[in-house]
Amino acid sequence: MTSNRSQGAFGFDASLNWKLSPEVAIRPEQFGALAYHYGNRRLVFLKSKDLVQLVHDLSDFDSAEAAIAATIAPTKQQSYVAALARLAQSEVLVVS
Amino acid sequence: MSPEPTLRDRFKLGLDAPICLTWELTYACNLACVHCLSSSGRRDPRELSTDEAKRIIDEMVEMQIFYVNIGGGEPMVRTDFFELLEYATKKNVGVKFSTNGTRITADNAPYLAGLGYLDIQISLDGADAATNDHVRGEGSFASAISAMEHLKAANFGEFKISVVVTRHNAAQLDAFQALADHYGAQLRLTRLRPSGRGVDVWDELHPTALQQRELYTWLLDHPQTLTGDSFFHLNALGDPIDGINLCGAGRVVCLIDPIGDVYACPFVIHDEFLAGNVRSEGGFARVWRESDLFKELREPGSAGACTSCGSYDACQGGCMAAKFFTGLPLDGPDPECVLGHGETALKAQKVAIIPRPLGDHSKPVRVSVSSR
Repeated sequence: MTSNRSQGAFGFDASLNWKLSPEVAIRPEQFGALAYHYGNRRLVFLKSKDLVQLVHDLSDFDSAEAAIAATIAPTKQQSYVAALARLAQSEVLVVS
Repeated sequence: MSPEPTLRDRFKLGLDAPICLTWELTYACNLACVHCLSSSGRRDPRELSTDEAKRIIDEMVEMQIFYVNIGGGEPMVRTDFFELLEYATKKNVGVKFSTNGTRITADNAPYLAGLGYLDIQISLDGADAATNDHVRGEGSFASAISAMEHLKAANFGEFKISVVVTRHNAAQLDAFQALADHYGAQLRLTRLRPSGRGVDVWDELHPTALQQRELYTWLLDHPQTLTGDSFFHLNALGDPIDGINLCGAGRVVCLIDPIGDVYACPFVIHDEFLAGNVRSEGGFARVWRESDLFKELREPGSAGACTSCGSYDACQGGCMAAKFFTGLPLDGPDPECVLGHGETALKAQKVAIIPRPLGDHSKPVRVSVSSR
């Protein structure tokens, strides 16, 4: 993965209050989790347990960037912004 | 950063529950397609009861299996079909069912359109009646088209038209796409396997090497086409087709048959790939998680005769069922290997001991005897 993915990747605004969509079910797996969206019927893969934890932690913070700042090591933060951006794009996350 | 394992690597080790669960509700069918993967025709008297079927749906809820692919036989001939459909969708188990369309009527289409979490897949194996009916039987094209008309009239939305690609219809892909566009449907193309009655017609019907190359190009040009991930053996031709691209049998895929037997995939109904039965203690979950067969399929496999081939990473040796029912070793090339290794292997078979699919539910052929 290139390192120049920044906030704003895929038009994702990390300052917003992103949450797990109420239409999405999460199934834990060894590698992370499967997320199934009952509305668009898409299956999305959360490729690490840390990402699954972050997605659940979002509800405790006012914004995605606040959740990332509080729970993810500084060197890894950018890649988690990109991961959340992808989840937002597939409607697993919605702004509440 | 060390390269992360890909999803494919992770899927090879298996999941806590399947992603793609096929459930054949009955072996009964009002058609007799020559390539039927489950040799369907007559109902098996040991078929799961309505209550047993509901218990399986309950298990799907517990295991968080988000959707199930229902087939048969013709699932709509089961008298409790709509009851089971409602039971599943009300519990948020999405259903996609495959049908020949004969039982979709002007009366029930609006009801089907009103159910949430429901997808319908109409089987069609030719873009015209002659091509289709040669494989699926006289009148089957007309009844499939009539089902599509009913679904369209009821505003069902985007159903699927599901085509098994054969030597006879491989040149009709654009025509299938036009048909799908006309009905606001999505086109799904899948691979012909020598499974069930297919074992008897595979030689005649499987696409030629040239047709496989054309199909590959067509799929790259039409990435929105659904394929059930069934053409990954074509990836040895170049860029990969969209999908997970591995044999998911027992790892992310399995089959529950009408009597509750669990097989590694819908195309290997044979003792060698029977993992257990949902009627046994622990139900489906235990079979999926603990059966010896599935554990074995989740072990790292050997590339066998394909080890020295530079394309192994692309095609993963192809389809287990296609190899098994053509008598080829499971760690060798796919019979339709695009580099020709399968053909060579088939020719080298001295005495072909080809396994027969288990359980023939075909209806007896009626021979009309004319009286003198």
